[in-house]
Amino acid sequence: MAIVSIPSLMRDLTNEKSQVEITGTTIRELLDNMESEFPGVKERLCHQDDGIERISPYIGVYIDGVLIERGMRSPIGPNSEVHFLPAMGGGC
Amino acid sequence: MSRKVHVQTQINGDSIEFLCEPRQSMLEVLRDDLDLTGAKEGCNNGNCGACTIMVEGRPVNSCCMLGVEAEGSNIETIEGVASPEGLHPLQQKFLEHAALQCGICTPGFIMNAKALLESNPNPTEKEVRFWLAGNLCRCTGYDKIVRAVLDAADNGEDDL
Amino acid sequence: MKSGNGYKVIGSRPIRHDGVDKVTGRAKYGADLNFPDMLYGKVLRSPHAHAKIISLDVSQALEYPGVKDIITGSDLPIVEERIAEFGEIPENMRFLSDNVLASEKVFYKGQPIAVVAATDIHTAEEAVDLIEVEYEILASVTTVEEAIAPDAVVLHQSLTTNTLGEKTDIPTNIASHFRHENGDLSLGFSQAETNGVVVERTFTTQTVHQGYIEPHTATAKYNPDGELTIWTSTQGAFAVRDQVAEILRHSASKIKVVPLEIGGGFGGKIRVYVIPLAALLSIRTGLPVKITMSREEVFEGTGPAPATLIRVKIGATKDGRITAAEADLFYEAGAYPGSAVGAGANCMFTAYKIPNLRIDGFDVVVNKPRSSAYRAPGAPNGSFAAECVIDEICQKLEIDPLEFRLFNGAKEGDRRPTGPIHGKIGYIETVSAAQTHEHYQSEIDILKRQGRGIASGYWGNGAGRSSVNLTVNGDGTIMLLEGSTDIGGSRASIAMQAAEVLGIASEDVRPAVVDTNTIGETGVTGGSRTTHATGLVAIRAAEDVIAQMKGQMADHWEVNQVEFADGAFSSSNKSCDFKEAAKICAPVVGSVTESTGGAGGGFGTHIVDVEVDEETGKVEILRYTAVQDVGTAIHPSYVEGQMQGGVVQGIGWALSEEYVFGENGDMKNSSFLDYRMPTCYDTPMIDTVLVEVPNPGHPFGVRGVGEVPLVPPLAAIANAVSRAIGVRMTDLPMNPGVVLKALDKI
Repeated sequence: MAIVSIPSLMRDLTNEKSQVEITGTTIRELLDNMESEFPGVKERLCHQDDGIERISPYIGVYIDGVLIERGMRSPIGPNSEVHFLPAMGGGC
Repeated sequence: MSRKVHVQTQINGDSIEFLCEPRQSMLEVLRDDLDLTGAKEGCNNGNCGACTIMVEGRPVNSCCMLGVEAEGSNIETIEGVASPEGLHPLQQKFLEHAALQCGICTPGFIMNAKALLESNPNPTEKEVRFWLAGNLCRCTGYDKIVRAVLDAADNGEDDL
Repeated sequence: MKSGNGYKVIGSRPIRHDGVDKVTGRAKYGADLNFPDMLYGKVLRSPHAHAKIISLDVSQALEYPGVKDIITGSDLPIVEERIAEFGEIPENMRFLSDNVLASEKVFYKGQPIAVVAATDIHTAEEAVDLIEVEYEILASVTTVEEAIAPDAVVLHQSLTTNTLGEKTDIPTNIASHFRHENGDLSLGFSQAETNGVVVERTFTTQTVHQGYIEPHTATAKYNPDGELTIWTSTQGAFAVRDQVAEILRHSASKIKVVPLEIGGGFGGKIRVYVIPLAALLSIRTGLPVKITMSREEVFEGTGPAPATLIRVKIGATKDGRITAAEADLFYEAGAYPGSAVGAGANCMFTAYKIPNLRIDGFDVVVNKPRSSAYRAPGAPNGSFAAECVIDEICQKLEIDPLEFRLFNGAKEGDRRPTGPIHGKIGYIETVSAAQTHEHYQSEIDILKRQGRGIASGYWGNGAGRSSVNLTVNGDGTIMLLEGSTDIGGSRASIAMQAAEVLGIASEDVRPAVVDTNTIGETGVTGGSRTTHATGLVAIRAAEDVIAQMKGQMADHWEVNQVEFADGAFSSSNKSCDFKEAAKICAPVVGSVTESTGGAGGGFGTHIVDVEVDEETGKVEILRYTAVQDVGTAIHPSYVEGQMQGGVVQGIGWALSEEYVFGENGDMKNSSFLDYRMPTCYDTPMIDTVLVEVPNPGHPFGVRGVGEVPLVPPLAAIANAVSRAIGVRMTDLPMNPGVVLKALDKI
């Protein structure tokens, strides 16, 4: 069970819940399961990249406080926290 | 485009002749025609000091001087500061104090600081800062540059 | 040579490897390159902030003697609106291409429209004047308020708001909107209202430039076999290669980018401007082409940091505990979307524990140059607003500002206001160090209108991919090839990390920054990632070399097991140092590429004393102390240098720097005379305190340090001025006119 923080602007899809528990061992599984329970989340979080559904490049996904590096296949632990935040511009 | 002018001058102790158009700045002549690229162009209108050279012992923004004005002059550029024996004390102190990061302003600072120490061998911190106010640096915040110049000054002490 | 923390090399201050070249003028920067048959390029730029290009006639210019070629937007391949990622930034390719050379419309004064290549620069400049352009001038928007008004002129018909909320199809100037929301905001504020204080203020900052002294420059040379070589000054050779490949549709494997020494970047030399133009002209003419920007072009045609409008409201109870915070951030993206508003929101409250929070962030397009990254992009603005409100709360509650920060400050395991949990951080340590510092104990003279300001700041540092190639020579010295262009001494810190692992002196490692054909993919020198990521990869390469040498020494000594410790190889009764082993084993090559993680964020707390002249409005910086958690300082001089440089940029941003725009979106002060950056006469010595809380994600505990220093100064100085004159300062820059107005003198 991962604990997923729901970005404020998406809470209209989750009955105003700010945190939900979702199963999934990868981000892909998590999003698929989230979509079944709360239809419409994928439209907000993902985009089509050459016909493949991926996380929108404007969003940074954090698992246990660390930005993911393996895209949809990033692994999620049994009690992980997942956050979706605006991508930080690479600065300098 | 007008005819090029023949200029005879001394640069870093060597007798140099070159041809340049009247409209070319000394900075342009140094960098594009004489391959002396140590003087840098930061602004081309005398506001950053990255192009500082010495003309008759005076520090000058070479972007504000015409190439033809070099006729009969003694010119020093950064390329002539070190000697075969080694670095000038200013150069050495800049390295020891880490008084450079990207290094683009460094030739200009060293030329201007050299002029300062030649006219005032033992300046105070305020005198150093006032003299070098015409050289912009964006990387260092100036702290280590001022310390390096003070350290290189005649008595070799950090005069704060 | 001193060293600390039990390390032999780390913590010492060797002379940097490229130092002699830089103090003698020998180092080659981008514009120092000349080829005998080279052409010089000059760009024609839009004089209007918003216009359609009706017609473009280059025929007269083409006939000018000495002109070899001219390109316009129609000569670039058509690029779809595709998103690609370069150096962590998602980039819309259509916008990137149009910003390099406009297609049908121009969106800011200074946007490139055509480029002339001629046999010398003066000829090119004269020919540019012969290009005839017919414009249909459009109404422009130059402020956030204008851009978000219901009847605003819309810049891009294809732009709709990118949001996690419900999307619409309505064209707008609001490119994106996000919201962070946690806890119960009304509960939090009511707690503060009943038993404490609530402060709400609106802040503005103006467009500012990174101010690197070296203008953008590129020299391109195209070979008939398709190989394109680009020499340039950049923060990321691979980012350049990939952008050029996309914009020109030229195979990346046939582009070699050679990074020459760079004269400052600060975030402004990642996106390409003149590089693809020089490349295209070289491809078309078959000759080398060099384009160097003038200072005016740097101001008007590159990527400054956005102007911002930020409203912050914070509540705290009488005992000094923050109960709620909310903020609305409006950042000007400039002509195309992509300001750093997200990072601003991510950083502004991160130093604190805040149970109830809302932040709304808006990225807004306006008819100004497209904004780009500038040292902790987004964070200085957000922190300016947050830290000023916190200071006002401290004043109202009569609580010492550092005590307040100790009380509310975040520690490892605390939750960040935007969600994720803090790893090992050193914020509280910076506050304690500031508190006990002699500067904070010293007196100021209120009668002389002196004031002391405190502010903190945070930046989350980057990691990403780097590659390093190490070769051991027979004399025990090392060649270290890496791809991280060296802005501030990183060559030295990377060499020192390798030297530490190998047990040799820093001078025995020869680092070289090489081109994209010679080293594996390496991320940009930015995001404060380099000492961490490239250093980490250098450590791995050194460890690989040690492993190989252990094997070879085992064969040489005919033993089964060889150990390496403290710079020596040993086995039962035999031992030798690295140099002796190198004689036997060389050449040994260690090559590592890794997409690193584990970067640690950094915090700073700054103290500044100012004196305000009531007659002139001038603010003098009397004394400045910057405290920062630097993880482990590899080369302390260059860590101090990053802090001092960032502080002085902050002094400029706070007191004198701004783009002054006319009514028609035209910049009025595009020279160093009137875009007023600090000189050495404007600043005192900048004292630095390096607090070391090692980052567990790096073998030596490295944290990125380059960006944090620009985050606290804006608020620190504003707080100092506010306390000196008894008026809350909310608008930057606090130049003499602004201060006199605050004093009611004008």
